[in-house]
Amino acid sequence: MLYNAPHPLEVKVLTRRFGLENSASIDTYLATDGYKALGKALDMTPDDIINEVKASNLRGRGGAGFPTGMKWSFVPRNVDKPKYIVVNADESEPGTCKDRLLIENDPHQLIEGVLIAALAVGASKGWIYIRGEYRYLIDIMDKALAEAYARGYLGQNICGRGFNFELYTQTGAGAYECGEESALLESLEGKRGVPRIRPPFPAVSGAFQSPTILNNVETFCAVPAILRDGGPAFSALGVPKNGGTRMFCLSGHLNVTGVYELPMGFPLLKMINEIGGGVRGGRKLKAVIPGGSSCPVLKAEECDLPMDYDSLMKAKSMLGSGGVVVMDEQTDMVKAALRIMHFYQHESCGWCIPCREGTTWLKKLLTRLDAGRGTIGDVNLVGDLARNMLGRTFCPLGDAAAMPTISIVEKFRDEFEAKLANYTAPRAQSSQFVVV
Amino acid sequence: MNFSPQLEQKFADLLTHYPEGRQRAALIPMLMFAQDEVGSITPDVVTELAKRCGITPLQVDEVIGFYSMLHRKPLGKYHVQVCTNISCLLVGGEELYEHACKKLGIGHKQVTADGQFSLEEVECMGACSWAPAIQIGYDFHHAVSPQKFDQLIDALRKIQ
Repeated sequence: MLYNAPHPLEVKVLTRRFGLENSASIDTYLATDGYKALGKALDMTPDDIINEVKASNLRGRGGAGFPTGMKWSFVPRNVDKPKYIVVNADESEPGTCKDRLLIENDPHQLIEGVLIAALAVGASKGWIYIRGEYRYLIDIMDKALAEAYARGYLGQNICGRGFNFELYTQTGAGAYECGEESALLESLEGKRGVPRIRPPFPAVSGAFQSPTILNNVETFCAVPAILRDGGPAFSALGVPKNGGTRMFCLSGHLNVTGVYELPMGFPLLKMINEIGGGVRGGRKLKAVIPGGSSCPVLKAEECDLPMDYDSLMKAKSMLGSGGVVVMDEQTDMVKAALRIMHFYQHESCGWCIPCREGTTWLKKLLTRLDAGRGTIGDVNLVGDLARNMLGRTFCPLGDAAAMPTISIVEKFRDEFEAKLANYTAPRAQSSQFVVV
Repeated sequence: MNFSPQLEQKFADLLTHYPEGRQRAALIPMLMFAQDEVGSITPDVVTELAKRCGITPLQVDEVIGFYSMLHRKPLGKYHVQVCTNISCLLVGGEELYEHACKKLGIGHKQVTADGQFSLEEVECMGACSWAPAIQIGYDFHHAVSPQKFDQLIDALRKIQ
């Protein structure tokens, strides 16, 4: 089982079973209040369930931070079509490795969260879409599903209450774009993972053109605790409008890296210094990516802030998916910008021209700048080009590529200039082009 | 074309997971599981899965082209994937990838002459807090130093 030693500052709600013996088994789950929230939900009306989730101030943990209760309330009630639940376990935002732990250590918590969502909207079927690289999680999840079917928590007449629900795993095949909700739905239907035009949103027309609730693994995993302890209690763990705890994935130049469950609004500097044990080698902090590589980077002096959706928004960045990537004073920011763009260029699905061409062009420019070639004009062009991608694509991948790039060029322009100034042409190769 | 009885059972089961008339949805899992058994997505696999999902081979082809884990040519027996994305890069992922190229004597998406190893520089695999990370086949290996990499490869070479 993969998990790190708990830290005293953690508030363990979603991760409370991590470290228990056989934590993934249904027996362990049932012995530790498992499926109690489902029992409670079976006695509630769909509106009551949705109101409880609204009261929890739970916001989508995949990255966008949309209020979960409100998302659920958008599913139309009086339509003939079947309704579906889709779990986004296509975790692939660079810096993020939390859903993996939630499935590996406590798969029944996810199943229970899905069942409660199904009751809230009257859904009959659901799929857990797991990225292809996480094959071992499909085995763990399939085992947990089989246990739940055998004990009457899935299938026909669940808990003897006339509630029917089928839940399956579905594997991806390697595509970051499929973490985007509408591309995920295309992929689930057996097609290329290109985004859909919205509206209609998945709540109205999602999987197989039926009303669908689609949330991140961590979002569903928070639901049993909300029903068990009450929405207000969950909300009180965090800060106003940002309820509960969330999984923060610490990576990069820290003494201690790992995934920690901390209350919403936990101070970033405290996270770096106390949970992460400070920057490696006693070096100074240079920058932090606060929520996966799509987020604008924060300079060290901007890091004195609480980690919640609204505070990060105010700092012109995002809480994103909880991937906190810490960079020390020796980090080459031009190289970091290039590696991030290399990723988006590779993962752009090619559907929208500003993203397909923009990421390719930016990768070429950044490759040249990283090599110390190019001109000051190229540095400006990187910023201009990225700004012209913003908001001009069907899905957020274009923005995700542009935002960190814009922030790095603005905040670390001196490093681009220094590379240009320090460049010395290799002899006899002074007119060499950088081929990408 | 026939697959093993276990895989046939898996496919039969898969096709029941979706709404009536939407069996195409089984395509991507079928491609992944078939590739694991056959070794790559051969033209025969394409034709067979197209038939089973009720679509044309061309529709299967366009799906294969989109997903990075689907391969038309056989990979090595051990497919070594090294992540060099940001979290891994910061703690030596790039150096590890260069080391892997030297150790295996091959580059990105190449296969060793004996067919035992293939190498791929991959994007984030969700092991950021335990970087640098690699996958060999579907197995994760965390906090991989060049020394640890050599031990892993040497152990696999001994198995041959």
